[in-house]
Amino acid sequence: MALKIVKGSIDRMFDKNLQDLVRGIRNHKEDEAKYISTCIDEIKQELKQDNIAVKANAVCKLTYLQMLGYDVSWAAFNIVEVMSSSKFTYKRIGYLAASQCFHESTDVIMLTTNQIRKDLSSPNQYDTGVALTGLSCFVTPDLARDLANDIMTLVSHGDCVKRKRCSVLIMYKVFLKYPESLRPAFPRLKEKLEDPDPGVQSAAVNVICELARRNPKNYLSLAPLFFKLMTSSTNNWVLIKIIKLFGALTPLEPRLGKKLIEPLTNLIHSTSAMSLLYECVNTVIAGQYCSSVGSVVLCVQKLRILIEDSDQNLKYLGLLAMSKILKTHPKSVQSHKDLILQCLDDKDESIRLRALDLLYGMVSKKNLMEIVKKLMLHVDKAEGTTYRDELLTKIIDICSQSNYQYITNFEWSVSQPVTPHPPGISVSWWTIRVFAVAQMATLLDNAHLLTGSMQRNGICEVLYAAAWICGEFSEHLENPLQTLEAMLRPKVATLPGHIQAVYVQNAAKLFATVLKSQEGNTDSTTAQETSQLMIDRLPLFVQSANLEVQERASCILQLVKYIQKLQQKDVEVAEEVIALFAGELNPVAPKAQKKVPVPEGLDLDAWINEPPSESESEDEQPKAIFAKEEPKHSRPRHTEVDEKELARRREARKQEQANNPFYIKASPSSQKVYQDAPGVEHIPVVQIDLSVPLKVPGLPMSDQYVKLEEERRQKERAEKKKKEKKKRKEKRSGRGKKHDSGPESEEDITPAHMVDIVTEEMPENALPSDDDDKDPNDPHKALDIDLDKPLADSEKLPVRSHRAAEAPKSPAEDGDAESAATQEPKKKSGKEKREKKKDKDRDRKVSLKCSVSLQIQFSTSRIFNELSPSSFWVFNEKKSSKHKKKKQKKEKEEKEKKKKKKKHHHHHHHSDGGGEESVQNGTVEEEEPLPVSVYDIQGNLQDGSQVVVSVIFENKCDSFLKSMEFNVLDSLNSKLQRPEGSGPHDGLTVPFQLPPGVSNEARFVFTVQSIVMPQKLKGTLTFIVKDSSTHEKLDFKLHFTCTSYLITTPCYSDAFAKLLESGDLKGSSVRLEGVNMPFHHLLARICFHHHFSVVERIDSCASMYSRSIQGHHVCLLVKTSGQTVSIDAKCDEPTLLGNVLDEIKQTFSQC
Amino acid sequence: MIKAILIFNNHGKPRLSKFYEHYTEDTEQQIIRETFHLVSKRDENVCNFLEGGMLIGGSDYKLIYRHYATLYFVFCVDSSESELGILDLIQVFVETLDKCFENVCELDLIFHVDKVHNILAEMVMGGMVLETNMNEIITQVDAQNKMEKSEVTSVLA
Repeated sequence: MALKIVKGSIDRMFDKNLQDLVRGIRNHKEDEAKYISTCIDEIKQELKQDNIAVKANAVCKLTYLQMLGYDVSWAAFNIVEVMSSSKFTYKRIGYLAASQCFHESTDVIMLTTNQIRKDLSSPNQYDTGVALTGLSCFVTPDLARDLANDIMTLVSHGDCVKRKRCSVLIMYKVFLKYPESLRPAFPRLKEKLEDPDPGVQSAAVNVICELARRNPKNYLSLAPLFFKLMTSSTNNWVLIKIIKLFGALTPLEPRLGKKLIEPLTNLIHSTSAMSLLYECVNTVIAGQYCSSVGSVVLCVQKLRILIEDSDQNLKYLGLLAMSKILKTHPKSVQSHKDLILQCLDDKDESIRLRALDLLYGMVSKKNLMEIVKKLMLHVDKAEGTTYRDELLTKIIDICSQSNYQYITNFEWSVSQPVTPHPPGISVSWWTIRVFAVAQMATLLDNAHLLTGSMQRNGICEVLYAAAWICGEFSEHLENPLQTLEAMLRPKVATLPGHIQAVYVQNAAKLFATVLKSQEGNTDSTTAQETSQLMIDRLPLFVQSANLEVQERASCILQLVKYIQKLQQKDVEVAEEVIALFAGELNPVAPKAQKKVPVPEGLDLDAWINEPPSESESEDEQPKAIFAKEEPKHSRPRHTEVDEKELARRREARKQEQANNPFYIKASPSSQKVYQDAPGVEHIPVVQIDLSVPLKVPGLPMSDQYVKLEEERRQKERAEKKKKEKKKRKEKRSGRGKKHDSGPESEEDITPAHMVDIVTEEMPENALPSDDDDKDPNDPHKALDIDLDKPLADSEKLPVRSHRAAEAPKSPAEDGDAESAATQEPKKKSGKEKREKKKDKDRDRKVSLKCSVSLQIQFSTSRIFNELSPSSFWVFNEKKSSKHKKKKQKKEKEEKEKKKKKKKHHHHHHHSDGGGEESVQNGTVEEEEPLPVSVYDIQGNLQDGSQVVVSVIFENKCDSFLKSMEFNVLDSLNSKLQRPEGSGPHDGLTVPFQLPPGVSNEARFVFTVQSIVMPQKLKGTLTFIVKDSSTHEKLDFKLHFTCTSYLITTPCYSDAFAKLLESGDLKGSSVRLEGVNMPFHHLLARICFHHHFSVVERIDSCASMYSRSIQGHHVCLLVKTSGQTVSIDAKCDEPTLLGNVLDEIKQTFSQC
Repeated sequence: MIKAILIFNNHGKPRLSKFYEHYTEDTEQQIIRETFHLVSKRDENVCNFLEGGMLIGGSDYKLIYRHYATLYFVFCVDSSESELGILDLIQVFVETLDKCFENVCELDLIFHVDKVHNILAEMVMGGMVLETNMNEIITQVDAQNKMEKSEVTSVLA
């Protein structure tokens, strides 16, 4: 052995270690990839060796390669091997590798559960440390569920501070992956907020802040506790977290904001830490709805200091916070406009962007033009595309915010060449249509300026909009023929396809208008010339490579040809042609499509007809009509050619949708799009080449507009003053009071045009809301759990194998909420009785009361998630019990996801003959111990004859219990596994003592030979009550049912059919009468209590499957008609089948 | 929460990458490239915050970085972290590295990336800040190194 180790380490000397690998890679700069691939081959060889040191070295190298971007998931199993090494050195390497490359879909991860559990409870704190660190990176829902309890043990009992700290932190990850654990674990987490160790405390604060950030309303009740922490803590890290948390809480609870103002202002004045100051300011801002103006002013002052600071970081943060104040107190920020405009000149892009954000909010009717003018100057100067992008989008956003409410002069707005949404504007404001149309026509006329050499740059996108406007509102055009001519110039063919398409379509609209205008004319030459023009020019577009253009052009060409024929016969066609494009367009809200309720029974994913068979052409693939979604590939067997074809079609469709001004895009950023501007996606911002003149001859310059606007305002002001003077005169003559017209206020500016804002169309019964912006996939949604509700008994962390349970055997069957409710008061009254009795006892100087509860619960291990656990309780038989009073509490808890059901069944025994007993026992009266233990039977899949029973002992009395011994009378079939050397009747010592009110769990292994029969095992629990040093004994029974040996196993219908066809199975059947429940409930119940899974269900008939731990197949065919349910079952073991069926029957007879 | 911690040099070569959320190797490389691209073109005397790139996070996330000699230390964090706090944390991290490696330079990080990971694990766990006190961190790291040493010698003995 020693030789082997020595040999191993000698071998190792010849292996490359990490340093050699790095050196090698650096020496092979030219053929790095090749070198690494040889290294990977070496590593593969090393991993094949038995020596763990060699393996660890190899894994260490893999971790490095992973960082360089190589996929190392193929070595996942080896990583697990290294993780499970007993040496810390290797273990750490293994966990590091795992944390770098394991994730939820790594399948070997489920092999690690036991290893991690072992490491968590390792006496070596560093083993625990690496395990926790690793787990924090790759925790999966399964791991979280299985290990939650172990982590909680560390949190509450861990002796080492560091370990505690880690385990508190990791709880957050566990909650995320396994939300059910949040409620049972939360009280302990709360305790840790007041932990004496500041590190543990800060970890707890960290976790709660992280939780509360997502669902603040559930944590409001913690506010007083945090308030105390805030005023007492001196740790800036903790303070920052707490203050951030308050920032999230105050918007929900105005009173909190009031209470916080004082300590926060104190902190703001006193602290020297900028980070803390900044967070305080942030939180004051968050609560500013209720805070005084004074505090806001203080904040703005402090922020101004930050912004003026030479440290760029502080400047940035100051602007960031300022933008938050802006939302609620725009006035107090607007006075710092100078400072913010200054920041636009900063060399730092982050700061410029922040300043831009601020400007967006500061815009008012008064300063809009000025600000935009400044911004346009910056566009000229801006280098770097991202910033220019941002600038232009901001300009657009600024102009368009809140439905253009600040824009007083629409003529100005429309003339801005970058404004990408004139269609949006012109649809919304019919008043400016005439103007817009004129502008756009000029623009089209001069289109050659924009196209040609600047083909690449996006400015031509504006033509897209222009063409559409001219077509749609062609009745306002002065000279439609000229525009039509402009639109059909051959040069147009050089424009991008989607613009051409719009051109063609709108040419047709213009054509209709021209015809209309010529209608009354006796001389039909103009009309005929127009038709000829169309016929001449359109073929150019018919040849277009762009499908859309081609299609529209050829359609319209044919139409025009037909019209020409009619014209030659002197038929009046204009009316009919114009009817093609009749109808007013209303703007549609960006969210409208989403708001259309899906009609009941409509399932867009369902096939309308049977899916076409392979041979059919794939043209019959259903197309997504309403959404941009791609057709779901229900059949991945499509050939590659089909895929390509599909992709092409999709592309074409997308193109079409993008071009279609009436198509509402399912863009996720729809809230940013303030208007239904078609082509917003094509905002030309990216590519504007600024050497291009933005001015188009014939269009007034935007500067001119600013001037014009100024003049207009001055005029207005002058007029107003005149009026006021008049008034004043009148007044003076009246009362002689002074009336000064103050500085021009916001309201005084009248818009240049009175515009009707057309409300955007929304489907009926759709409420405007922002709810739909929430991401349904947010994992934090699951953590939106009420934490103040008292814990129900059923809510506890899964203890090791408590996952699945089995058919209820106790008389208390499937309870429902109602019965639970009725039982509740009874239980209370029972408690009261006991209280009274206690008093009586005290009078008699009774020194001891003892009650132990023992809950027993069966379950088989859950191997698959679908397993629905149920539990049932078997109760002790008390040898000396004289009178039993039973209380039952049933609780049904249905969780949507896991369908977890737990039934609780408490028996409370009362010794009514207390008096007599007290005589017998001298001064000691003993209340009957109430032994209830939860036990959980876990079948072992690897070893079909082993069953693990976990028992939870709960001490319900007031005394300390110790020296507990657990013993079961073995039967021929089932034996309790005892340590070597002990006799067949010796009991097993329970390895813990129980203080009053505490529960703990112990596990016992049984060997079961045959699982075909249910059986009961008798057992006793002996213990010593510490105060009185008396030995007590408690009898109980363990009930092993047959269904507890079944494990829910999914089965596919084809495998199921094969199984039935094989003929190895023997049949049996059972009829259930008077079952009064819906079929799916019935199925759920069988799945749930008896661990079956549904293979297939057709109407009132279903096939189900399950498997025993020893591999017996159990198949059921369940049919229902009326109240009769017939179950035909097949199994390779008839006795097992018979017993399972009996148990099923019993389940239903009790409901 | 911290979403990722990246260290790369002036040429964008990764020296350490720690992602607290899973990405594929390709995406990780892309993120590193993108982050390098964003960070490297910034001047020395501009602020240390950057609105996140496209790949990582989104609007809630920020890149907070510091540039030391040849190395960039970049933390990608969401809005629950204090910006200035994280800057301090980076400083603590670098100082700790300096103590542990005695005058740390890029070569130390190149050849001992595993050690850097171990130090980082003492500071940040699963994206949450675990310890900010440098002495505490060094004590923990030293204790573990000592343990590793004793194991190695026992194997060779």
